[in-house]
Amino acid sequence: MVSRREFLKYGLGGTAALGAATLAASAGGQTSGHVPAAGASGHAVMIPKVPRTFGDFNPMAFLTSFDYGRVQRLSDGTTLREYKIVAVDKEIEVAPGVKFPAWTYNGTVPGPTLRCTEGDLLRVHFTNAGSHPHTIHFHGIHPDNMDGVFEIVPTGGTFTYEFHAEPFGLFLYHCHVMPIKAHIHKGLYGAFLVDPRQPRPPAREMIMVMNGFDTDLDGENEFYTVNGVANYYAAHPIPVKVGELIRVYLVNLTEFDLINSFHLHANMFRLYRTGTNLTQYEYTDTVMLCQGERCVLEFTYKYPGKYMFHAHQSEFAELGWMGFFEVTGSTGVG
Amino acid sequence: MSTKLRLALTFLLPLVALGILVAFLLTRGHTLLGSPVPPVEKLTITRALFRPQVIEVRVLNNGPIPASVAQVTVNEALWDFSITPNPTMPRLGQAVISIPYPWVAGEPHNIAIITATGLKFQKQVEIAAPAPSPSPGAFGLFALLGVYVGVIPVFLGLLWFPFLKRLGDQWLDFFMSLTAGLLIFLGLDALKEAFEVSGRIPDLFQGVAIIAAGTAGSFLLLIAISQKLSKRLPSGSAGFLLAYMISIGIGLHNLGEGLAIGAAYVLGEVALGAFLVIGFTIHNTTEGLAIVSPLAQSKPPLRHFLWLGLIAGAPTILGSWIGGFTYSDPASVLFLSIGAGAIFQVVREVIRYRARGAPVLQALGTPVNFSGLLCGFLLMYVTSLFVAA
Repeated sequence: MVSRREFLKYGLGGTAALGAATLAASAGGQTSGHVPAAGASGHAVMIPKVPRTFGDFNPMAFLTSFDYGRVQRLSDGTTLREYKIVAVDKEIEVAPGVKFPAWTYNGTVPGPTLRCTEGDLLRVHFTNAGSHPHTIHFHGIHPDNMDGVFEIVPTGGTFTYEFHAEPFGLFLYHCHVMPIKAHIHKGLYGAFLVDPRQPRPPAREMIMVMNGFDTDLDGENEFYTVNGVANYYAAHPIPVKVGELIRVYLVNLTEFDLINSFHLHANMFRLYRTGTNLTQYEYTDTVMLCQGERCVLEFTYKYPGKYMFHAHQSEFAELGWMGFFEVTGSTGVG
Repeated sequence: MSTKLRLALTFLLPLVALGILVAFLLTRGHTLLGSPVPPVEKLTITRALFRPQVIEVRVLNNGPIPASVAQVTVNEALWDFSITPNPTMPRLGQAVISIPYPWVAGEPHNIAIITATGLKFQKQVEIAAPAPSPSPGAFGLFALLGVYVGVIPVFLGLLWFPFLKRLGDQWLDFFMSLTAGLLIFLGLDALKEAFEVSGRIPDLFQGVAIIAAGTAGSFLLLIAISQKLSKRLPSGSAGFLLAYMISIGIGLHNLGEGLAIGAAYVLGEVALGAFLVIGFTIHNTTEGLAIVSPLAQSKPPLRHFLWLGLIAGAPTILGSWIGGFTYSDPASVLFLSIGAGAIFQVVREVIRYRARGAPVLQALGTPVNFSGLLCGFLLMYVTSLFVAA
């Protein structure tokens, strides 16, 4: 049975009909009951302002930053690359004003993009300065004791991962201490890029790590980002040139949601799945990646202007995973 | 003079001691007050108003520490917003957030605020409806609503007077008990609603305490008033007095009902259904019957019926204005419990009136009175079913 007052809630409309027009008029003329679909001020995106930098973290710089390590040529001609990775607890800003108590590699989420060439000998000096035990688990081919699963590094401990980079392709690294879900969603991950011996054609190269942040720790992401800050590239479009070859290394490290995606507006890209093959897999404008999946995208812009890219899950896009390319220069083709 | 001074000193002594204790705790008591776990922020969206192209959200910090609003989402989308006076709210501080969102009338909207520490506080609005502004038109509409659901039904019920007048003593007992049954139903209904609303107000306001204070306060106040009046009035006018007391009790109850009417608008809980208004009118007509029952053995001038009807029915209009334009849940809880207390006091008067000095429970135990009471419940229950349709 509905109580007398509950009735009021549902039944009022009837009486309202007696004077609905009066009320509608008094409410500001919203007689149609619907408002136009565009934002009130007519902007394409109605997002809050986003600062250019967050402390010493600048997502625009991160986009094109690749850590090649400290390079040494060994006597047999092999290139040795040494990287320093420190796991550290750090409060980061994942959206303007929203702090997140992250677990990080080298103080950022995502961690540094480690880059090398197929066949290089890699030495990753790992120090755990965090409050919990951690490891680094690399994707790629290597022995089991270099896999970051069994050799758990306690707080204050160190470990050196040493293996040859193979095969070429786009990989990732992340902590593999259980509960893995917690160690990943708190931020312990990054991209690991192995270039082919014969380099890919020169291009404007960018790393884009898709992720999410569960700031209230309820098992669902409050924010979705590329490279760690919601709506960053929407507020600060990425400048590119007409005709310039753009290569995006796209990695999906979203936790909780099974998939994430990348959609490019007004353009098409050549897709190289996992980057392990130099022959294009597909010519498309949207790619879907499962958790931990990645791919390489290549494209050029034919016309100048401002072009959007975003997750094609609208929810992810509107919770921070969108951005723009600002294309300048003259149109090469009439 | 010195005795007065002593009186003042004895009053102040515990307060001074308390002040010293608090000062000690604040300055040296850190080890006692400090907690290994930081306190958690808590914000409550107390109201969401849908204005043209804008959703206006009122936020209360009812947590133990200051909190900052960092981001706002509407239906799972980060949205631009402005906030006054300040995104950082002290404990018990309030702020108003303006979100330029193209909301859709008649659809549910989820509004969430995300604090600087990443906590998320949400409000689910079932149906977005344009917020009424206090214009003459809106005042008129709410008044009209109040007249339809409050005033007219009560007057219709008063029309039972000639019928009651022709009844014998036994049947009058029956109808008075029926009145008691109706009133108990109304009182419980108001109380239930008060508890329901108190469940959604921030803990800080201590809804249950408001209910207890409101109910007991109005119950006792009406007892005091009726005792005062019964001493002044001539002995034959007990029925009159009772009719007015019932009318006042129902009026207070209808004030709460009016609040719900107005609030239903601004809370966006209004669905269309004209036939339900008809059901409600039928239901409320029983209130008029309750008022005129004690008058059956007297010959009141016509103006008294006018007054009795207005006292019982008109507060619905006032309530709908308050509810529509300045609705607040804590105030609503208070009004509802005042209504409940008033009703229960009236029930007490009604039973005492017909008991004629006999113990109340014994009076209720007679077959006539008992069946009247049950019929009262039944009548309310059945007419409620119209409302439930």
